Amino acid sequence: MASKVLVIAEFRGGKFKKGALECVAAASRLAPALGGGDVTALVIGGADAKAAAASLGKQGATRVLAACADWLAEFNGDAYARVAADVVRAEQPALVLVAATLDGKDVAPRVAARLDVGYAPDVTKLAVEGGKLAIARPLYAGKAYANVTLAGAPAVVSVRPNTFALLEAPGADAPVADVALAFGAGDLKSKVVAVEAAKTDKVDLTEAEVIVSGGRGLKGPEHFVLLEALAAELGATVGASRAVVDAGWRPHHDQVGQTGKTVSPNLYFAVGISGAIQHLAGMATSKCIVAVNKDKDAPIFKVADYGIVGDLFDVVPRMTDEVKKLKK
Amino acid sequence: MRIVVCIKPVPDTAARIKVHKDGARIDPDGVKFTLGPYDSRCIARAVALKGAGEVVALAAGAAAGEAEAKKRIKDALALGCDKGIFVPDPAPENRDPLAVAKALASAIQGQGGADLIFCGRQATDDQALAVGPMLATLLDLPCVTDAVGIEVTGGSARVQRAAEGRVETLEVTLPAVITGQRDIGDEQYPKLKEILAAGKKPIAEHKVEWAAAKYAVAGLVPPPEKAPGKIVGEGPDAVPALLNLLQTEAKALAL
Ligand SMILES: Cc1cc2nc3c(=O)[nH]c(=O)nc-3n(C[C@H](O)[C@H](O)[C@H](O)COP(=O)(O)OP(=O)(O)OC[C@H]3O[C@@H](n4cnc5c(N)ncnc54)[C@H](O)[C@@H]3O)c2cc1C
Repeated sequence: MASKVLVIAEFRGGKFKKGALECVAAASRLAPALGGGDVTALVIGGADAKAAAASLGKQGATRVLAACADWLAEFNGDAYARVAADVVRAEQPALVLVAATLDGKDVAPRVAARLDVGYAPDVTKLAVEGGKLAIARPLYAGKAYANVTLAGAPAVVSVRPNTFALLEAPGADAPVADVALAFGAGDLKSKVVAVEAAKTDKVDLTEAEVIVSGGRGLKGPEHFVLLEALAAELGATVGASRAVVDAGWRPHHDQVGQTGKTVSPNLYFAVGISGAIQHLAGMATSKCIVAVNKDKDAPIFKVADYGIVGDLFDVVPRMTDEVKKLKK
Repeated sequence: MRIVVCIKPVPDTAARIKVHKDGARIDPDGVKFTLGPYDSRCIARAVALKGAGEVVALAAGAAAGEAEAKKRIKDALALGCDKGIFVPDPAPENRDPLAVAKALASAIQGQGGADLIFCGRQATDDQALAVGPMLATLLDLPCVTDAVGIEVTGGSARVQRAAEGRVETLEVTLPAVITGQRDIGDEQYPKLKEILAAGKKPIAEHKVEWAAAKYAVAGLVPPPEKAPGKIVGEGPDAVPALLNLLQTEAKALAL
């Protein structure tokens, strides 16, 4: 029997999360090796999510199931997991994929618990080898990688954003079918009563393609404008080390590291950051790391692909200027 | 209120990690363990919320060794928990978050339930962020992850969740499971008096039939090798060369 892949595709802030699109693309690449089954995307949300659902076909979904209602417009882990588990039971896929965003990591373990199956969180490798799923994830803050196996069907996996590429040649829209919901808002023990959106149009750190992070080397919160100027030129999001978060220079949601966000951008700038193991834990899977530090022995240079030894107060403004020139 | 805080000993974040000779886990020998950093912040919040009730520190499993697990329960008692419960584990090498969640659920039910259950948002070793939401599912309780604030009124709570790009406020009926983000409570350092008093607080054992793991680590391998990086140069004059390398060699800069 051809086994299929089901992607729980996160829709938030008027669009699908990039990690969700990456999961659909990854599923469509894996499907032939899994027996050629279809790639079903499940969309949970409100009317805007439903309106966008068909577009998941462009990343390789062969059909889309829409569990959309006004009361599902705001994220609610209790509700989303219940909807998803019901759909998985009915669809019986071999593999369930979710992007390992905060919402994805909230829902996926609950789906696994409802189905009593194995769950592999935040994986950075997902392939089919010898007819079996080959899954790996960083552990102990990236000090080791674990090859993991899952028991029970389906396998539930959350995938670290920026791990898989989108399809190079996007396809066409997919057909959308409605999911009949087995319960309503009144059956829930939790409800979202308010949502305060962050006042920024910046891509969230976990999904950003380029990140410019600053550490204690910036010497004060007022100097982060230097990084913001560079980030603006690069279309990047600004991150921070814990030292500057603890000092109150930057909010906690900007923190990258073991006790902050785990990020995996294409390009990561560590500016005035020493490279403590706990910081590396959050960014070591970045595809290209650039360090700017005045101390040539700073540990960050051990993980950086490229480094400049120098005073960030000279290097960063120059970088902003040079990027501006290149863009012309 | 009766509050349970689930805790886990984790390797100190700066610890050097050696792979165990079985190849599938770390060798706990010689590793310094601590109470999970989020766990202790949850304890601080639980102690502030308990009123006339009690706060129970609950640890299931012994990946770090049983003695270590009990020491960390003592840490929790020093931070103000009233008693501890330990779920012993005869085969800690093959546990996964779901098996741990089942053991915690059994212990909580076996101890007469709870009005509120806290878990740290993540353990800093496995970083699965799974036990809390799984525990809530097994107990059929509402769950709010990444909580940065909570107020309890009667049989319900208002909880702030630090989501991506937004903060949500949820209203949940109690009992509920809350996983605590950093701002759920303050970092605390117990005083000597509290450490001494912790020695006199009770630690009970709750035995369970451990469920088989559904997730297993088949092998730990070192991180993928990276080519050694290069220092492009010193000072601002190195910037053009760096940007050139990012564009042509690394292909990481698309402007
Ligand atoms: C339980 C625990 C969890 C932790 N979690 C995290 C986490 O999630 N994220 C995290 O980041 N940290 C975390 N840490 C903290 C971590 O150990 C470090 O203390 C922290 O990362 C240091 O931040 P920093 O690099 O900004 O500061 P520092 O280590 O002080 O480094 C500053 C760097 O700036 C350089 N510098 C100074 N001036 C200049 C200049 N003018 N130009 C260029 N370079 C300059 C210096 O050479 C130095 O290398 C954690 C620690 C613990 C114990």
